[in-house]
Amino acid sequence: MTSGTLLQQILDHANRPDPYPLYAALRETPVSRQDGVYVVSTYWEILGLLHDPRLSSDTRNRTPGAGGPLTADEEEDPNLPVSFLRLDPPEHDRLRRLTTRAFGPPVCPRRVHDMRGELSRMVAGLIDGFEGRDEVDIVEDLAYPFPVMVICKLLGVPHQDEPRFHAWSEAIVSGLDPSGGPGTSEDSGRPAGPATSDGPATSRGPVTVDGPAASDGPAERRRGAQQARRELGMYLAELIEEHRRTPGDDVLSALVTDRGPEGRLSPVDLVVTAVLLLIAGHETTVNLIANGTLTLLRNPGTLRRLRDDPRLAIPLVEELLRFEPPVQLLPQRTALADLDVAGTTIPKGAPVWLMLASGNRDPRRFTDPDRFDPDRRDNRHLGFGSGVHYCFGAPLARLEAQLALAGIARRLTGPRLVTDPPPYRRNPVLRGPRHLRVAFDGLAP
Amino acid sequence: MAVDGSSAEFRRHGRAVVVGASLAGLRAAETLRERGFAGSLTVIGDEPYEPYDRPPLSKQVLLGRVPADGTALPRRRALDAHWRLGVAATGLDLAGKRVRLADGEEVGFDRLLIATGTRARPWIREEEAGLDGVFVLRTVDDAARLARRLDAGPRRVLVVGAGFTGSEVASACRERGLEVTVAERGPAPLVGALGGVVGEVAAELHRRHGVDLRCCITVTALGGDAAGRLRRAHLSDGTALDVDVAVIALGALRNTEWLAGSGLAAGPRGIACDAGCRAFDIHGIVTDDIFVAGDVARSPHPLFGYQFLSLEHWGNAVAQAEVAAHNMTSAGPDRRPHLWVPTFWSAQFGVNIKSVGVPTMGTELAVTQGSLTERRFVAAYGCQGRVIAAVAFDQARWLDFYQRLIESAAPFPPDFPTVDRRPGGLRTVPADFPDPALPSHGPTVTLSGYSPSEQRITFTPARA
Repeated sequence: MTSGTLLQQILDHANRPDPYPLYAALRETPVSRQDGVYVVSTYWEILGLLHDPRLSSDTRNRTPGAGGPLTADEEEDPNLPVSFLRLDPPEHDRLRRLTTRAFGPPVCPRRVHDMRGELSRMVAGLIDGFEGRDEVDIVEDLAYPFPVMVICKLLGVPHQDEPRFHAWSEAIVSGLDPSGGPGTSEDSGRPAGPATSDGPATSRGPVTVDGPAASDGPAERRRGAQQARRELGMYLAELIEEHRRTPGDDVLSALVTDRGPEGRLSPVDLVVTAVLLLIAGHETTVNLIANGTLTLLRNPGTLRRLRDDPRLAIPLVEELLRFEPPVQLLPQRTALADLDVAGTTIPKGAPVWLMLASGNRDPRRFTDPDRFDPDRRDNRHLGFGSGVHYCFGAPLARLEAQLALAGIARRLTGPRLVTDPPPYRRNPVLRGPRHLRVAFDGLAP
Repeated sequence: MAVDGSSAEFRRHGRAVVVGASLAGLRAAETLRERGFAGSLTVIGDEPYEPYDRPPLSKQVLLGRVPADGTALPRRRALDAHWRLGVAATGLDLAGKRVRLADGEEVGFDRLLIATGTRARPWIREEEAGLDGVFVLRTVDDAARLARRLDAGPRRVLVVGAGFTGSEVASACRERGLEVTVAERGPAPLVGALGGVVGEVAAELHRRHGVDLRCCITVTALGGDAAGRLRRAHLSDGTALDVDVAVIALGALRNTEWLAGSGLAAGPRGIACDAGCRAFDIHGIVTDDIFVAGDVARSPHPLFGYQFLSLEHWGNAVAQAEVAAHNMTSAGPDRRPHLWVPTFWSAQFGVNIKSVGVPTMGTELAVTQGSLTERRFVAAYGCQGRVIAAVAFDQARWLDFYQRLIESAAPFPPDFPTVDRRPGGLRTVPADFPDPALPSHGPTVTLSGYSPSEQRITFTPARA
């Protein structure tokens, strides 16, 4: 499909491998109204709105019916509270603050830092598993399992339960997909395994929710997501209860035993927050690592530099967050007042989409924006958003991507892409390859 | 060799001298090199240390988390500079283009940047200031001494003055579990910078954290024992306190004495310069080869009625230094104005306080987000019907938005709904700044001067 509004084209799976020319066309009009949605595509306008208290993250502020078919209604169970991702201050601040107490400064300043050694060992172990092969699927063999191991470790989820998340997570994420219409057969599902939905499911043990079937439309996907959320929630409620009885050195234990001045998260908030951390904690990082590997293999000079100097991973990951951000757009904001942005009035109650990946390629902000340049200075990308909803897990995502990409660069000899472009996941929001087949000559120790 | 006139010539083999091995001095020196300045570069500093960062001195260093000598500023690039550290500049020969140093040497320049900053205002009586246990906090040596003394576990610390430095010292002491009394001349902490309404919130912060906060009070005398150790503090209400340590936090004095008689417009309120960082001489004529940046500079800001602003802000030091260095290496039309919108931050009692704009110009205030009683809020300041500043307690991420309101002279009070708007939140109240004529520690922003359309010139003598 190459017709329809620019927004429809961006959502069209056929354009997933390279949406950037569409974003460039979008930037011709910094704020445009398409399919009932106000689409903001330029850097300074996006950044301004991310700090604008007149823009709400709570879709309950949306005018009913505004936004037409592209803005799915709340896909979460109306009986469950929403996570802080979709709340405004003060409730957002309270939940995020309580959650931060178990994850970062000032209470746990070393949480992420102290995981470095363990994360390195995880990467090393996964790459050791490439031994004896001449081709791997980076998504299935590294980019997906690594962040799942990390987030499970961080939250205190037993390793053997990981496969169950796989299915839940997949169903929930597909519910976040705002694109209308059924997907194509290659869209379905998780990176692992063949596209037929029973393949990965059976190989992954007691999966109660199948991945979205190939022909599912948005309504089916939302129902599946709701069910997955409920099941994951029930699982986590049990897990939290276990951690309450026998706390370990993990985030859930810290949250459930917290004795901070503001009390602790209520049981239901704790479950909702744990779901958020689990899903957000790996569904984005898998794309960052896969997009990063793809970008490195398309830029062999940079790959060589990274092999010689793993410190390059730090600026490289920042450039990656600009160049191929795992979260392409934020489709959930709502105007609380009539907003004048770049000469357009966004009316009160209207849905606003902030096109982060487009802002990251705005030539008014970044010189030569379509060039991948790890030496870029003043690289204040929108890869993690900005403002009060700035990515909660950013320090962890950075570390994971730095270690994984440095590991790939150092250990794979003669790596090359088998298919370019690779097949992409359906989701236009959390964009990344579904498979990334990489052939190589050998493995350095 | 002397190079006049040509910026290109200066860039190739001129002599640049920076007085003040500070944040502003370092960033200016780096910017000079970044701009392709290939001549000789001399950096003069009265302290024996390479440039270091001061904000941690009243926070992490006092808490013992970072050693006092662990705050050296990161370098953005190699400088290839001639460092003259531990030697103060004592004079400036404008006509001969030379800086005189305390060791008798002289350093010639083609272009000079003055970034001598400020120093802590000492206790009013020298003999009392000399008592063992009386401290100020400005330099790395001050911080090291004070941190050592706090390590020894004094019975009670007296903080004299509840501006930002005093409040941060009190906060660090409480975090260490030390008993603290804060004596403040004004009605609340931070009133000079943020006004009485926000000051009340700050007062509540002090009290909730166990500070013995005493407002509308002054310390009249410090008393020592026979060995010269601080023992008691006498207060203006007739009471006395037994204290081991007193931290004098009465604001700063600008380091301009060395310029007396030089012919530059330098005085207690700083060195007047134009928006391009070029210093004025005493006739009010702008010089072309003397530049000023950082705490010691006083420059007109178009956004704030062309008033001359003196900003003791970290961010201003960086931004102004970069503009000054840019202009030192540029010809006339390529020169830039320093149009930085003032911002500053403080961390105290677990709260991040951040401000944008010039609160002291505000006459009214409205809480636009959050609530004062929860001590998490954004308050906007209004001046003549426009937004002139905003301050955030634990809400700093919204301030970019308020900065744009300030830059666009948006109407005050703001008339739009926002997230976290509380009932009655937009009720406008007087910002309640104390009368600036009353003696108090100065606010971090001082205003003086007049718009170009006004003809009056007023010389304000120094206030001790």
